[in-house]
Amino acid sequence: MSNKVLEELKIKGDEACGCFRRETASYIKVGAATCGRSAGALEVLDAFREAARENSVKVTISEVGCMGHCYAEPMVEVRKPGWPPILYGYFTPGKAKALIKRFFLDDDPGLEWAMGAMERNDLIPSVLDTPRFGKEYRAVLKRCGRIDPENMYQYIANGGYEGLAKSLEMGPDEVISVIDKSGLRGLGGAGFPTGKKWKICKMQKADAHYVVCNADEGDPGAFMDRTLLESDPHSILEGLMIAGFAIGAKKGLFYVRNEYPLAVERIEKAIENARNNKILGDGVLGSDFSFEVEVIQGAGAFVCGEETALIASLEGNRGMPRPRPPFPAQAGVFGKPTVVNNVKTLANVSYIMRGGAERFASVGTGSSKGTALFALAGKIRNPGLVEIPMGTSLREIVMEIGGGVPPVVKASELAGSVPKRVEKKFKGVQIGGPSGGCLNEDLLDTPVDFDSLQSSGAMMGSGGMVILDEDNCAVATAKFFLQFTQKESCGKCTFCRIGTKHMLDILEKFAKGQGSEQDLENLESLARDVSMGSLCNLGKTAPNPILSTLRYCKDEYRAHFEEKRCPSMECQDLIAYYIDPKLCQKTCDACVGSCPTEAIFTRPDGIKAIEQEKCVKCDSCIQACPPQYDAIYKVSPIDDLPEEAKNAAPVQDGKT
Amino acid sequence: MNNKVKINIDGKEIQAEAGSSLLQAALDNDIYIPHLCYLDGMKEPHAGCRLCFVEVKGLPGPVTSCTTKVEDNMVVRTHSPDVDRLVKHAYELIISTHPIVCKTCPANRSCALQDMAKELRLPLKPGKLNKILPDYPIDDSHPLFILDPNLCVLCGKCVFVCNEVEGARALEFLFRGISMRIGTAAGLPLAESTCTGCLKCVDVCPVGALSRKANQVQAG
Repeated sequence: MSNKVLEELKIKGDEACGCFRRETASYIKVGAATCGRSAGALEVLDAFREAARENSVKVTISEVGCMGHCYAEPMVEVRKPGWPPILYGYFTPGKAKALIKRFFLDDDPGLEWAMGAMERNDLIPSVLDTPRFGKEYRAVLKRCGRIDPENMYQYIANGGYEGLAKSLEMGPDEVISVIDKSGLRGLGGAGFPTGKKWKICKMQKADAHYVVCNADEGDPGAFMDRTLLESDPHSILEGLMIAGFAIGAKKGLFYVRNEYPLAVERIEKAIENARNNKILGDGVLGSDFSFEVEVIQGAGAFVCGEETALIASLEGNRGMPRPRPPFPAQAGVFGKPTVVNNVKTLANVSYIMRGGAERFASVGTGSSKGTALFALAGKIRNPGLVEIPMGTSLREIVMEIGGGVPPVVKASELAGSVPKRVEKKFKGVQIGGPSGGCLNEDLLDTPVDFDSLQSSGAMMGSGGMVILDEDNCAVATAKFFLQFTQKESCGKCTFCRIGTKHMLDILEKFAKGQGSEQDLENLESLARDVSMGSLCNLGKTAPNPILSTLRYCKDEYRAHFEEKRCPSMECQDLIAYYIDPKLCQKTCDACVGSCPTEAIFTRPDGIKAIEQEKCVKCDSCIQACPPQYDAIYKVSPIDDLPEEAKNAAPVQDGKT
Repeated sequence: MNNKVKINIDGKEIQAEAGSSLLQAALDNDIYIPHLCYLDGMKEPHAGCRLCFVEVKGLPGPVTSCTTKVEDNMVVRTHSPDVDRLVKHAYELIISTHPIVCKTCPANRSCALQDMAKELRLPLKPGKLNKILPDYPIDDSHPLFILDPNLCVLCGKCVFVCNEVEGARALEFLFRGISMRIGTAAGLPLAESTCTGCLKCVDVCPVGALSRKANQVQAG
């Protein structure tokens, strides 16, 4: 039995998508989520529109969500009859104007700008044959970058709200059993079985139940939730409604951080569209189930991603965690049983209800079913959003899909200069943000699933994956995350409020070359007790960046306080810049001009030198020194500077 | 008496009100468990001071006794290597941010930290930790009492009584992380806030952060 309301909407949906589907139709899709926009996607969009008008080219130009490839933004997909859809990256308004003429007037697809065809064909190599595309498994990201996120009909034409219609037909208990059977686990970090959470919540006797979508994504380097909300908002809304239906809630809440204005705008638009089309409100899709949704914006506290703090914030209180139990599923918003699910979890809910538990569970590992979404960032060739089956190894994600650590390419504007490539070694990957851990090269074969990551000392977390190379110092990395957690600690409990501050102080000492073996011991014992004694998971996991770097890079810590040396040359107090007189070219003064503090001077013999006291270690001179000379480098410890460089100073007015 | 349960703390059989917290049950029976933020009557424990750890047979690792409900035949130990270490560490962390100015402190001899030091047989010193002392302005604008945020241990009892019992909504937690402190919501002096002068906050303060002005005689 099919749903009448949905069938009618589907007809409109097919019309809305006709321009993309008909063999005879041409289209241009521009990825314009926040990431694309900041790279200039809206300008590209305007350029396409203008050029199409000027050249009287008939083509549907549409804004779509994020395609997931941050490194190649803005991205554009173009199709013309007779050609496969072609994907272009690194687009500009200039290329857009040229492509309209070349492709649509002269039948030249400008392949030098293309990344490849979107499907396999005989004409153009396909992106599907590259690991970045080929190894991905797009379940929840399927429509991201393919449909206009503000056009509900396009969502419906692509299977949208079918999961909801099926759920309404099944009844709440069966929905829960489908989710249970699928093996879906919460993708916000903790990995609690979703079906079980729903069951517990539904069991509670209360006059109201709530379902909350946790979109308070705050991990540094994570942007999965934002992308989903911006690119496929209806799939999250559908998931929220299914969850509401299953647990007997009449009200759903989106808790979105207010730093995500586009996500808020799109989810609000999605809610309005759904309401105007009998999908949301009284009598959902013609059934007797009624559901309302409200969007609430968080004020930007990281701790509000923790579910009990989120609930406190929803109720209008200061965002501070409460002791659990009772769990929110027992007593949540205003004391009522509440399911709090992450954005990604809800996206999976609609995917599961649409295609069944078996399809979902056919991917993944024994205890972690389905796919994982990761935001690749840091020292990696192809940063962006990837969706991979659970169980994929870190090596595949980092080295193949992500393309590994890129070399540092040093170029100079100096005439005749040849760019120089310096290969960089992979050092580690920080998974799970400030709560996660840092895994080194030896652990690259760890499969990415809840349990394997946990036992290696990291955690699945919400999905941030920051790649570090040899220039990243373990102490500096741990310090960065501790600065974050200390600043974001709500302050309620002793261990997190004061303990993280002491840990941070010790790390800051190390970064300055101070401290001792005793400090290292104190750090370890603090880390152990903060993780054991804190009230909420923010505190309990805050020491993870320390514990994991200590586990794998303890020698690096010791080098800091024993030798006053930062092996990665990152900790500024332990490094100095040195211009090698044997390599310095007397006639060149590129470094002198680049120095913001005038620390570099020309010696009487024409060679450049650095006045150490004035140097702020900004790295500009190294960047400026032409690659064919490459005369400037860093030393650590500072004592390694040759004697004459330690006290170098310009000769002034004949006096020294 | 079917609303009583029998529990065993450190080998001592005691009767406890069903549904009460383990900490309350212990305190009712003169068994000392260190604590700062627990206040009988809160609708849920604050659970912020992290001092009341105990071990309960059958549960992995130490648990805070304020958040653990008593159950019939529960076997509890108030000391174990893990418990003792955690409690000592929490105590030292609190002491590390607390100025030891007992001689001039209004709470001298009626201070929860002094009592705790005595019970735990620990000096009023932060162990291996450094001192991280706050330096906040003292609010003596109110005719009846003084707020010295530097002496505050952030137990939150005053915030609870001010908001939930008196309903004055004058005192609130401000800022985050190590900068967290007690104050009025808009940063107004207490005298200009919604404070009703009920002094409930002063009565619950375990240390010298909230104290009556010298000319005020303690009620009762």
